[in-house]
Amino acid sequence: MNELNYIIKRLLQIIPVLFCVTVLIFIMMRLIPGDPALVMLGDKGSPETIAAMRHQMGLDQSYLTQYWIFLNNLLHMNLGKSVYYNQPVSELIQQKILVTITLTIVSTILAILISFPLGYLSGINRGNLKGQIINAGSLVAVSLPSFWIGLLFLILFGLKLGWFPIAGWGQTWPEHIYSMILPGLTQALATCALLIRNIQNSVSDILKKDYVDFAYSKGLPRKIVRSRYIIKNVMVSTVTLFSMRIAYMLGGSVVIETVFALPGIGLLLLQGILGRDYAIVQGTVFIFAVIVLAMNLFTDISYSILDPRVKLQ
Amino acid sequence: MSNTILEVIDLKTYYIEKNRVVKAVDGVSFSINEEETFGLVGESGCGKSATCRSLIGLVHKPGEIVNGCINYKGTDLLKISPKELEKIRGSEMGMIFQEPMTALNPVLKIKEQIMESFKDKALSKQQKYEKAIELLRLVGIPSPEKRMESFPHQFSGGMRQRVMIAIALASKPRLLLADEPTTALDVTIQDQIIKLLNDLKRELKMSMILVTHDLGVAAQMCDRMAVMYAGNIMEITDAVTLFGSPRHPYTIGLLNSLAVNKEKGGKLQPINGAPPDLSNMPEGCPFAPRCQYCEPLCEKQLPDLQEIEPGHLSRCRCVEKLANIKGIIEPAGKEEPS
Repeated sequence: MNELNYIIKRLLQIIPVLFCVTVLIFIMMRLIPGDPALVMLGDKGSPETIAAMRHQMGLDQSYLTQYWIFLNNLLHMNLGKSVYYNQPVSELIQQKILVTITLTIVSTILAILISFPLGYLSGINRGNLKGQIINAGSLVAVSLPSFWIGLLFLILFGLKLGWFPIAGWGQTWPEHIYSMILPGLTQALATCALLIRNIQNSVSDILKKDYVDFAYSKGLPRKIVRSRYIIKNVMVSTVTLFSMRIAYMLGGSVVIETVFALPGIGLLLLQGILGRDYAIVQGTVFIFAVIVLAMNLFTDISYSILDPRVKLQ
Repeated sequence: MSNTILEVIDLKTYYIEKNRVVKAVDGVSFSINEEETFGLVGESGCGKSATCRSLIGLVHKPGEIVNGCINYKGTDLLKISPKELEKIRGSEMGMIFQEPMTALNPVLKIKEQIMESFKDKALSKQQKYEKAIELLRLVGIPSPEKRMESFPHQFSGGMRQRVMIAIALASKPRLLLADEPTTALDVTIQDQIIKLLNDLKRELKMSMILVTHDLGVAAQMCDRMAVMYAGNIMEITDAVTLFGSPRHPYTIGLLNSLAVNKEKGGKLQPINGAPPDLSNMPEGCPFAPRCQYCEPLCEKQLPDLQEIEPGHLSRCRCVEKLANIKGIIEPAGKEEPS
């Protein structure tokens, strides 16, 4: 039961990492200038109301006590209560996480659909015009900031052409998915550029491998050589980068959800930061950290499934 | 007695780059008879592997076959469609590679790599499975049933080479191209693989082209041999004659530099100089700058491959001068059928 041992070991390793994450968010939030109570009440608040607010938020206690409360709550699966929404953070996240997850999944699928064919195409056409066009395109895509691409998409496909909604994510599932296409595409572009580069290199490497020649020399049809010899080996060399990018896209959702006004936890996090709502920031960042760590574990497991040379231990 | 299975006429494979042309194979002609082992020997970069790859259509860009005719059982392989070539590969012509580690797909089980190689569409999955085990047994893999589930990295070098041979033989090719099949292996394993290939060739009545830089290996396997130098064939003859009475200065140089000589009290004699740059070939005989028999004309004009006795061809205009040179070593002879 090597695999099971490994997974248990990895899960245990997550605990100290999460602990460090809690310390980091806690300190960083308090390093941001601006008293939360003041930000929330604005300049209308009298010193008394501000003091009352600080007391209600627990800010009048020492940092150590505040941290202890935060940690203690976490251990009881309690992410605290948002002052701004006057709602438990866990409830807020539950309401909104589906948006972010859908966005990430749509982005991931679009990234796969775009980068695998293009990467393969540029790999087999390396050096000629076709390959160079794809290369130039991906260079442009990786250089443009995603909020700007997002705005361009909104203006062109949303306002001018009216093909896609410009804000929100609708009521029903078809509407949800449909409204995710523009944000997903925006999110996927930068990842596509990197993946195309990576896949291109690995395709052109693999094409030179003896095992591909050997496969042809056996008389295997081109189609089978492509799927079982080239693409399968490309996947092995791409999966790590790919899963890192999925984690990255999760973080990118802060920008994308803001641009496209999607009610996800990325937008929630941004609102939390701007409103100095400590509970929201601490809760959402913590959830992001958990998802990223889970993704990492999942990557290592899928890597060992794809590449038999890799053993989990 | 023998029918020609493959005839290569004036094959030229060039690597055409932006500002230079590397003439890896520059007008090679030879033929192979059925059930014969034909050796292509020469030092690294002389074009023997490129010749071999040209035969089965696996020349990589920027390489290109620019001229010639590869006549396999009456079909010119350079004129047929990729689909037809696909049909010939595997069932008519197979190939094994130098590095057994890199020639097997690291992410597919041995089972899958063998079973996908059977070209007979009538076979059921079960039949393929049984035939695969049979093949592994044939090439001497112990407990083949268990090894079917293994991946290439779980085999030792020698075993991997056996697996590769099993895969190449899955569709019973009539002609096996072996590109340095023993070079990456230990000497003891080398001997086993040589014996295996010799046995299989006899059993399956195949022809074989052996590409090697190791004259010792060639001596143990080949019926006839061609010595290549800088993209040209310098000498073709049967193995016994080649080792017994070579008629080309390059062949003589190769034999002189063999370690066997040293055991007999002689010194190792290297061939002075280095092979020419294939992208900037001298006008005349490519071996002229290193040749002790070189005549002025040699530097101007490449001599033809001329027949000096039946079945013995040499590309040298000084064959008379070489006529008295005795075989440097006794022909090792082919391994006798056991």
